[in-house]
Amino acid sequence: MSEGLSFHFDVDGDSFTSAGQASVQVKKDLRRLGVDPEIIRRVSIAMYEGEINMVIHAHGGHAEVRVTEQAVEIILEDRGPGIADIEQAMQAGFSTAPDAIRSLGFGAGMGLPNMKRYTDHMDIQSTVGVGTRITMRVDLPQ
Amino acid sequence: MKISTIRELLGATVVTGEDKLGEHVYAACGSDMMSDVLAFVKDQAVLLTGLVNTQVVRTAEMMDMRCVVFVRDKQPTPDIVRLARESGIVVLATGRRMYEACGILYSSGLVGNKVKEPAV
Ligand SMILES: Nc1ncnc2c1ncn2[C@@H]1O[C@H](COP(=O)(O)OP(=O)(O)OP(=O)(O)O)[C@@H](O)[C@H]1O
Ligand SMILES: [Mg+2]
Repeated sequence: MSEGLSFHFDVDGDSFTSAGQASVQVKKDLRRLGVDPEIIRRVSIAMYEGEINMVIHAHGGHAEVRVTEQAVEIILEDRGPGIADIEQAMQAGFSTAPDAIRSLGFGAGMGLPNMKRYTDHMDIQSTVGVGTRITMRVDLPQ
Repeated sequence: MKISTIRELLGATVVTGEDKLGEHVYAACGSDMMSDVLAFVKDQAVLLTGLVNTQVVRTAEMMDMRCVVFVRDKQPTPDIVRLARESGIVVLATGRRMYEACGILYSSGLVGNKVKEPAV
């Protein structure tokens, strides 16, 4: 699989209940490919946090996962409100989630820090009023 | 600690996963905020929560957790039970409050994120 494999998902911004489905599917796909369970867990958690963010902060979006012999790469793209201050958003505990979201179990301000922690590389491109693009990479043992 | 032991200690009912009560868990985490749970990665853990929605099961699934315990007599909805069954996660429900439930398991040897098998 030197060319790599890629998976595409539309993340529905209107359904909190189905949020996370893309991550569940990726977890299954990576298992089928025989990827190390610890790597799968890191990829799944990072992607799940990103997917939830797209649903609760950005009215949904699009996810792409690429698997090569070197790494698993996750690209999350949305046309939501964008993030004004990325450095602030990356701080553990920072959240703009309203009470309605907190009562659903999200809004601790831990999602982006978790995504950073579980991946080997993470990059956020965001423009207010345009959207957000997050790229994450988890390296595979060589 | 065996899941059946957790069930006994908490006086919990088994919502789904009756066939997996013999499995062991080695760590526990109690929270109503899922990203706090996701910050904590340990093998074969149990999640105690008062939050009742499908994302509880998804969170447990992402973390390869074995068991979810709903506290304070919260009753999981049918879609929660269906998701848990699909992903092979045991679901228990107890009348204990979060603080009590965590305290009981902790003092019985299931100490947070340390891998330690209690003498039960
Ligand atoms: N895709 C996005 N579009 C717009 N804003 C975002 C997006 N992702 C994150 N943010 C902003 O960054 C903040 C921090 O995100 P983070 O995921 O760390 O915390 P949270 O989602 O608020 O809570 P938690 O992830 O703990 O449930 C959010 O509250 C939100 O303001
Ligand atoms: Mg988040």
